Parts: sequence; structure tokens; C-alpha cells
Amino acid sequence: MTSVAIVGAAETTELGRIPNTSQIQLHADAALNALADAGLKISDIDGVATAGESPTAIAQYLGIVPTWVDGTAVGGCSFMIHVRHAVAAIKNGLAKTVLITHGESGRSGVGRGGFRRGGGDGSLQGQFEAPYGPIGPPTLFTLPVLRYMKDFGMSHEQLAMVAVVQREWAAMNPRASFREPITVEDVLASRMIAYPFHLLECCLVTDGGGALILVSGDRAADFPTKPVYVIGCGESVETPMVSQMDDLTTSRAFRVAGAAAMREAGINHDDVDHMMVYDAFAHLPIYGLEDLGFVKRGEAASFIWDGNTRPGGKLPLNTNGGGLSYMHSGMYGMYALQESVRQLRGSAPAQVKGAEISLCLGVGGMFGASGCVVMSNVGP
Amino acid sequence: MPKGTRPVPQPTPETQHFWDGTREGELRLQRCDACAHVYFPPRPFCPKCSSREVSVFRASGKGKLASYIINERGHPAWDGPYSIALVELDEGVRMMSNIIDCPQTPEALVLDMPLEVTFERLTDDITLPLFRPLAAGGAQ
Ligand SMILES: [Zn+2]
Repeated sequence: MTSVAIVGAAETTELGRIPNTSQIQLHADAALNALADAGLKISDIDGVATAGESPTAIAQYLGIVPTWVDGTAVGGCSFMIHVRHAVAAIKNGLAKTVLITHGESGRSGVGRGGFRRGGGDGSLQGQFEAPYGPIGPPTLFTLPVLRYMKDFGMSHEQLAMVAVVQREWAAMNPRASFREPITVEDVLASRMIAYPFHLLECCLVTDGGGALILVSGDRAADFPTKPVYVIGCGESVETPMVSQMDDLTTSRAFRVAGAAAMREAGINHDDVDHMMVYDAFAHLPIYGLEDLGFVKRGEAASFIWDGNTRPGGKLPLNTNGGGLSYMHSGMYGMYALQESVRQLRGSAPAQVKGAEISLCLGVGGMFGASGCVVMSNVGP
Repeated sequence: MPKGTRPVPQPTPETQHFWDGTREGELRLQRCDACAHVYFPPRPFCPKCSSREVSVFRASGKGKLASYIINERGHPAWDGPYSIALVELDEGVRMMSNIIDCPQTPEALVLDMPLEVTFERLTDDITLPLFRPLAAGGAQ
């Protein structure tokens, strides 16, 4: 067996504000849509991976008797890591048909468990971060960026441009939450959330879900969908405390996961036709582009400013509009993977013509973890 | 700043020396006896070489402002916008804290400005290390 392919991929029927659906049902809605996409029955599934809910809960709710499960839950990139683990499981015969699900009632909070980052006051985060007043990701994930701005001379306007460019992509996407064009001035005039981050530089908070189905590449021709082959993956973790990053201007987890994925795929940067970088906040694409070596250190903001990642640019990036404009339920990684699959199937609303290789980089926690998946629509 | 509304840390056996120190007005770090690495947060072994032979020592309490945000969305323990800062101590470790005795504005909070530790009592057991701009001329 030489390859593993994604043969089923779907998001929830609705995205955005879904107050009539519980979190576990968002998983199930996406899973049922992915099964329909692949022409499979639930009884065909023998592997389950998920985060946010336990694989036990998902298997029981959907009626799956798995021979393989993965509950890796390291934040929003968990689904990239599930893809990597599923590839290994399928190649080793531990499962034949793996379902990866995500569902999150991030906005409406319907049927949401007691998920809380960092544990109680006796945890290291509880003792050495929580007393200083962080309130969720907008006050933690954002902390390193002033260091980056000073060390590399990035301006507030350049940070704002990340949001502007992603809105250009979102404008072409009927399912995007925000589609109205915005300017750098609009971004800088939007409400300050946590200096230096304005509202439009922070991700949305919405409800939704997504699911993927993976099988051996040998079986890919048996499915109605255009197969998307997983050709390289990487994963790593760094720290649950953003204050303890090795270096505030670069993500070690990005570097480890990205390099592993590109090495396994056997590709160079020039081979990448389409890229997704999990953008919980506007600085994430900047760190991602540099940490994966697409540009030199300190050059990503200019690269984006100069239009290289916008529609028509040489490296189309976050073509669904990203977490800043498309949707963000809390663990956005699944939606980045869905967009990579759409681009390689040729079915994306803002389709990159002739895209053959897509690289999808996820982050978990606050620079805490990373998973990277390289996909191709060209069979091995 | 109203007291008692910040989350109160719960020491563990491995961190008790740190909280004993702040209660006595000392910022305590750990140094590896084998490789001299200074590290934070506390643990009873060296994260660099895994040696269990480590010592607690009193840190200088001096450092500089490595990065920060100003939270504009409010918190029960603060009246208005407040900074959450990352402080790089002279000993080479980084810790989260708040900068006090300083306007909470980008103009006043200048990256790399020198800082010194100060202590705020939260409960009988817990005193929190905070930082303030180092007095010109260096009072200590
Ligand atoms: Zn050591």
C-alpha cells in the first residue's frame, strides 16, 4: 500500500449561528454529509478520530464499532494530526475507513461540555498565567506579536493587511460569514480588543462542523469523489503556556510540523499551489509563512502587503476567507482542511486554477501545538 | 485595583517554594546544579539536562518588557484597560505578569524598558509578583 486518500469531505449543512443544534449533532451532521459525499454507510466506518468530543461519544452517537480510535486533542490543529495518525493506521491495517469529525457550538454554546483550557488553579497556567488577567485567546495568542513587530519592523498597517486580503477571498465565498470588502483603514478603525489587535484582526466565533473520510489509495477509484491524496504530514507541540515559548517571534511547533510534512511529501516551496494557515488572529499567517520557509524571517508582512497571497497572487493563501472572515468555531483546523480538499477537487468557490498541491498548516492552543498536511490530487 | 477577584493560584508541592518566596518578598527561581541552567516555571528537575539536583535561589527581580497586550475588554479585577506582560528576567527566564505604577498605554509601555519586581498580597497564602518600571537611577 503506497498512499492514503481523502474520499469524503463535508462541512455541516449550515455554518454560522446554529442555535437549534447541539455540539455533538454538529459532529454528526458533518459526518452524515461526508458519508453521503463518499457514498458510504456508517457501517463501513471502522476508525474514528475526533477532538472536542471523545471518540467514544462520537462512535456511540453515530453507531460505529471502531477497531481504531484517536482522541488526540491539542486544540484547533487536532484534525491535521488525526489525518496523520489515520494515514499511519490505514497503512498498517489498523483501520480501513477512517472518519474524522469536528463539531463545535462555539457561538451558541448548545450542548457544550465543560471544555476549559489549562485546568484548575493548581495547574501551571493557573498559577503562573491566570492571575494576570488573560481572558481567552484574544489576550494570550496575541501576546507575542509586539515583540515580533519591534524585532522585524512590522507596522500596524501590515498586520491589518492580513485581514484585508482574506476578506478579498471571503468576498467570493457564499458561505463566508463576512464578505464586504474592507480596507486597512477600516481594520485600524475597528474596536480595539487587545492592543495591538483590533476586532477585524481577530477571528469570528461561530457554530459549525466538518468531517473527513480516509481510505487506502488503492480504493480511491471506488468512490464518486475526486480523490485527494495525503502525501506528507507533520505534528509537534511546544507549550501550553504562551509565556514559555522558546522564542516569541517564531513557532517551534510550526517549524517541526511543517518541515516534517514537506520532507515526507518530497516537495519544495515552489511546488505548493495553494496554502492554508490557521488564522485565529492576523499574525498567524505571518508566522506560518516564515516558519515553513516560504519567505525569510521578517519578510512575511511585506510578502502579504505586496499581494502575493491575494486572489491572482503567486501563493493563494486562506482562500475560504479564513478564521478572520469565513468561520471560526473555536477549533478551526477542520475548515482549513475542507478548503484544501475543495481546492484540489476543483470545487472551491474561489478556485485556484490548476491547483495540484495544497499545504494546510494548523495551530493548537496559543502556539501550543501544530499539525501540517500536504495534499495532492495527482495519484502516486 | 480591587483585590480578591483575580484567580488565586493554588501551590503544588513542586511550586510551594515560589509562593513561599513571594510571600516573604522574594522572587525565587531554580538553577540546575549539574548544568547551571536557570528555569521557570518551577519543577524539581532541570528541563535542559533532566538532573534532579537543583537549587532554589533568590532572583534579582530585575528584567525588561519582552512583549505585552492591553486588554480593552474588561476583567472583574480591573477598572479599565490593563496590560498583560511578558517579562524577561535578567536571569534569562520569561514570566507573565502585569506592569503597574505605569499608565496602561502603548506610549508608556515601551518594549525593552527596564522593570523591577514588586509584590501584591492576594490572600494570607498567596502574594503575586508584579512588575513596575525601574526607577531612574536604580533605587535598589
Ligand atoms: Zn541541567
